[in-house]
Amino acid sequence: MAAAATGQHKLPDLPYPYDALEPFISRQIMELHHKKHHQTYVNALNAAEVSYSKASTPKERIALQAALKFNGGGEYSDAFIKLAWHINHTLFWQNLAGAASEGKGSGGALKDGPLKKAIDETFGSFDNFKKEFTTTTAGIQGSGWGWLGVNPQNKRLEITTTPNQDPLLTHAPVIGVDVWEHAFYLQYLNVKADYLNAIWNVINFEEAEKRYLAAVGK
Amino acid sequence: MLTTATRTLVRPAVARLAARRFAAPAGSASVHTLPDLPYAYNALEPHIAEDIMKLHHQKHHQTYVTGLNAAEESYAKTSTPKERIKLQAALKFNGGGHINHTLFWKNLAPESAGGGKLESGPLKSAIEADFGSVDAFIKKMNATTAAIQGSGWGWLGYNPETKKLEIVTTPNQDPLLSHTPVLGIDIWEHAFYLQYKNVKADYLNAIWNVINWKEAESRFLEAKQ
Repeated sequence: MAAAATGQHKLPDLPYPYDALEPFISRQIMELHHKKHHQTYVNALNAAEVSYSKASTPKERIALQAALKFNGGGEYSDAFIKLAWHINHTLFWQNLAGAASEGKGSGGALKDGPLKKAIDETFGSFDNFKKEFTTTTAGIQGSGWGWLGVNPQNKRLEITTTPNQDPLLTHAPVIGVDVWEHAFYLQYLNVKADYLNAIWNVINFEEAEKRYLAAVGK
Repeated sequence: MLTTATRTLVRPAVARLAARRFAAPAGSASVHTLPDLPYAYNALEPHIAEDIMKLHHQKHHQTYVTGLNAAEESYAKTSTPKERIKLQAALKFNGGGHINHTLFWKNLAPESAGGGKLESGPLKSAIEADFGSVDAFIKKMNATTAAIQGSGWGWLGYNPETKKLEIVTTPNQDPLLSHTPVLGIDIWEHAFYLQYKNVKADYLNAIWNVINWKEAESRFLEAKQ
């Protein structure tokens, strides 16, 4: 990220209008989630980087480098978390699309192809995969993300979760689902399970397949 | 005096008898219940909306109570360390959720019942001693709580070792174990989102109008003994 040193991160535009994911994710949630939550962290990330770039002595620079990087002790630095917010949400917007069932896009439709084949082979069926992903993600005890990712060591699809805003580092992300309460509460209230069932209608499997192919080296 | 042979025969029977006397009856995990709120659902308006209070109490807290009972029932049936360890996460999450919310409802009060009013007394003096002023304490409590990365709780706690009041946080539904809880603030998004949306800071400012300082002082005095 060459722009990183000068705090030039930008909130990416959504690839669709704010109401495109209705009725599965409301316009109100999309507006707040994108224009408030994600924007706030882009601003915070830029501010942090600008102040870090003003470091002039070697001692200051070393201290700030540590602040920017992953601390390695299982805890992430404040600045790294801001970067993770930006990365996770950027991935998220791209792995959503207007629902094919609503005639709004390709969302929810997994066509025959390498990703479908890999899902069928790994999980037995598309329905089994969705069930397992939903159960695992619903089981997060707090804020976090559910992921379908490619394990770089065996190139297999695996379901995993990250807590809070931790970035996914163990796998190449294929599909990410935000289960922070801000992602669903205004529409689904406490019924997280309904959100997790609904979101399948707006998952962008075309984007997911591109990521899968890149991750397995094709 | 019993012969060795007789003692050998008697021992298992005695053991069984002892087990029956001292063990809890089968399936007797304690049954937790959702405590009633000490005030009406709309009593904390306009600072915390009625619809939040209803969902928070009747849905979120109830779910922790139900989950805790289920986890304890499963635990009562375990017989190996491995089985017990597998249940730890469910016990901690649901148990912590039940503890935390039970404390929370009690450390809130409508303005008409003294919510938001910290009278002169031992708690006020201790806060001034440990933080400089009540305003400085509130500012620090809000900043610390707002900085939690994810879900969790901000606490004013009494440290039994330093004998001081300290601001601490716990992640997710972890209960506060290192300090005696004096005041807790829920910063999970469900605690404020319907009303304050992403503006967490507004919720944290508003809640001080409904903090039950009398309850906080009573916890503080008990902790100091």
